[in-house]
Amino acid sequence: MKYKDYYAILGVKKDASGDEIKNAYRRLARKYHPDVSKEKDAEEKFKEMAEAYETLKDPEKRAAYDQLGSHAPGQEFRPPPEWGSHFANGQGAFDDIDLSDLFAGLGARSGRGRTRGADQPMAGSDYEAVVRISFDQAFHGTEVDLEMSALEWAPDGGMRRVPHRVKARIPRGVTNGETLRVPGKGGKGVNGGPDGDLYLGIEVADHPLYRASGRDLYMDLPLSPWEVILGTTIDVPTPAGAVALKIPAGTRAGQQLRLSGRGMTRGSEAGHLYAIVRIEVPTVVDDRQKKLFKEIADISNFNPRAHLKEEARS
Amino acid sequence: MTAPVEDAVCFDTMTEVTWTDLVTASGLPEPELRELVRYGALVPRNADAPTWTFEARWITVARSASRIRHDFELDPHAVSVVLGYLERIERLEAELRSLRAQRG
Repeated sequence: MKYKDYYAILGVKKDASGDEIKNAYRRLARKYHPDVSKEKDAEEKFKEMAEAYETLKDPEKRAAYDQLGSHAPGQEFRPPPEWGSHFANGQGAFDDIDLSDLFAGLGARSGRGRTRGADQPMAGSDYEAVVRISFDQAFHGTEVDLEMSALEWAPDGGMRRVPHRVKARIPRGVTNGETLRVPGKGGKGVNGGPDGDLYLGIEVADHPLYRASGRDLYMDLPLSPWEVILGTTIDVPTPAGAVALKIPAGTRAGQQLRLSGRGMTRGSEAGHLYAIVRIEVPTVVDDRQKKLFKEIADISNFNPRAHLKEEARS
Repeated sequence: MTAPVEDAVCFDTMTEVTWTDLVTASGLPEPELRELVRYGALVPRNADAPTWTFEARWITVARSASRIRHDFELDPHAVSVVLGYLERIERLEAELRSLRAQRG
């Protein structure tokens, strides 16, 4: 297994008091706890420091950790030969587990965690995983294949990591940041206890065209000045395929044209797609076009700034 | 053998959850969860009913409460205050997302 320097993770000295360890953990938890932090990689960082704190706050586990000796972080190591008989109930095989599993096992044995062999049924642990999907997958629904690694008791009394594979169907219309539950796909229950659940945190990648707000979608719709002045019908791409959209004559910039039911569908309810009008002007015009625009300017009495004077006075 | 495909369930498509469901999903001791209801951090559909039921979305709140309780070593009252702030932040973020979506 790989060595982790729990003292360095919390930023304390090896002879730090219990209070110093607690304060260091609390300071870091305030910054990185995934429920309150928007820091990049907060979840990973928090897991690491929580693992360090779980071990160092407990005098028994801390003593067992100290007896592992000092190694470089990330270095492969094995506990000393006598370590298992002192701290791990005689367990000698430490393959296929990591450092945190080793101390989780100690907690279980000392009666603070799950006690193995007890007769009473116990529910399996809930698992959590993050699922990253594309906008299209969120729109249409998708299937994901999750390969996790779960900790379970081995026949020799030790703990080991085993692969835990779940295929899950994500329904259409899920949104970024949402949590879904896959019942019964967490850890195995013990002595007839129910299996735990699997909780999936959904992360939806941004789409270059569509922006989601709940079930509704928004997109920019560039139109030329003559299209909005004269009105027209154009093809608009939607996540479910192109549709014809009528642009009424006199459409203004910033106006939201609603394509009913073309947003995300969730259950039986569909949101709308709003096309926001952006008026684009050509940057290059030839002489003939210039002449025609000049003609319009000469004959038009339209003044888009007519209201400014009056509003400036009030 | 091909593993069967399991349905992942969105909480808002479930109708409601029972008090027992909420206790199990949160992992918190029942008296502490009851305290959170007393402080208004979790809201039953009908607080006066003999057995409480909840909108399913409260499962994510109860699980968040459990993490905060354990990871910050807070008492249930402090957890209820934090949950209140988190809910407010979530609401404001949703509003911001909506404005950004509309503005482009």
